[in-house]
Amino acid sequence: MIPAAFEYHRPSDIAGALSVLAEHGDEARVLAGGHSLIPMMKLRMADVPHLIDLQDIADLKGITIDGDTVTLGAMTTQHELIADEALFAACPIIREAALQIADPQVRYMGTIGGNVANGDPGNDMPGLMQCLDARFTLVGADGTRSVAARDFYESAYMTERDDEEILTQITFSATGAGYAYEKQKRKIGDYATAACAALITKDGDKVATAAIAMTNLSDIPVLSEAAAAALVGTSCDADAVKAAVAAALEDIDPTEDNRGPVAFKMHVAGIIISRAITRAWSGA
Amino acid sequence: MITMTVNGEKKEVLAEPRELLIYVLREKMGMTGPHVGCETSHCGACTVEIDGKSVKSCTMFAAQAQGAEITTIEGLGSPDSLHVLQESFKEHHGLQCGYCTPGMITRAHRLLQANPNPTEEEVRFGIAGNICRCTGYQNIVKSILSAAAELNAAKEAAQ
Repeated sequence: MIPAAFEYHRPSDIAGALSVLAEHGDEARVLAGGHSLIPMMKLRMADVPHLIDLQDIADLKGITIDGDTVTLGAMTTQHELIADEALFAACPIIREAALQIADPQVRYMGTIGGNVANGDPGNDMPGLMQCLDARFTLVGADGTRSVAARDFYESAYMTERDDEEILTQITFSATGAGYAYEKQKRKIGDYATAACAALITKDGDKVATAAIAMTNLSDIPVLSEAAAAALVGTSCDADAVKAAVAAALEDIDPTEDNRGPVAFKMHVAGIIISRAITRAWSGA
Repeated sequence: MITMTVNGEKKEVLAEPRELLIYVLREKMGMTGPHVGCETSHCGACTVEIDGKSVKSCTMFAAQAQGAEITTIEGLGSPDSLHVLQESFKEHHGLQCGYCTPGMITRAHRLLQANPNPTEEEVRFGIAGNICRCTGYQNIVKSILSAAAELNAAKEAAQ
């Protein structure tokens, strides 16, 4: 419950935050909503001599929709994602998924940037961002770069982001695709036993495009290209869904924990993936 | 030195950066209504309202609240003049041991601001960040729905 002592920084712009990061290297961490970092600090599982609070940095806030391009400032909270009607119109799966994350209080504080940068395979947004083929903007001393969500995750808590970089925004295209975020969890606020994001578009009565990504079924989020390939061109009938589920299950690697043994997780994943595909298709 | 407005009163307090808001409220400001029920940010007993948001004050450093407007259960009503929600929890037996109650009522207060006319399902989902060991939630839901009805009736009467 009692975190170790640290020095608190509250810069008013990104340059200020970067200079603290540059000065203290891996002794410094940025603080967004604080709802993963502070719990880890309270358990002394995270050692953070310098904490850089990003709340005063206006450039990290806001939801912008410009034509088909959606840009989310990293400090946008889950509550703001849910409440934003324009975002719901441009990309309704975000609200559906965000409502399955944590609880009201946590959603008032927790941010999209913190969710995707955290690197915990339990977080829901990373798989969803892979499904949307989002890009993450990273700003560091050497300038700005953009990394695809599909290339961002290396292993549990290890990402493409360097210690001295800040994830500033998330960009993806608006989508009218049929969508579903299906999540099996033990209770409110739990990370998924298995979860699946699905986006499907239709051409006539056939699947034109599909994107299927899974949460907490490996040490990183998993986008299953094989599952998508198994759906494209089919009429998404029972056989096609079965083939897609089989393909998706080949791509995951769950581990046993108190949510269940591997065999159970594979079983749950199969059901969740099937539901996500079926519901996304019904809205396509 | 941290400055914040707590229940309408401007407060200045000296706190280390690592001091959690819940401890600063309880130990340095005497606001002992908000409680601590866990160390993993689940229970919501420490819920207070900060700048129009329901926040678990165990998961925020006091330094983050610099300049913030905070409402705790102590700011919602007084023993002589209960807030509608407090009256309703009393009336409908929405509490037993009382340990979750300050967080529960503070959360319900924000919930009814955001959604003045919630369904039972919306109330249950809306208080999902608050755990209660005693009541089984049924009477808490009743208390909140009844308070909502009363607040709406008062609003209509005022128009």
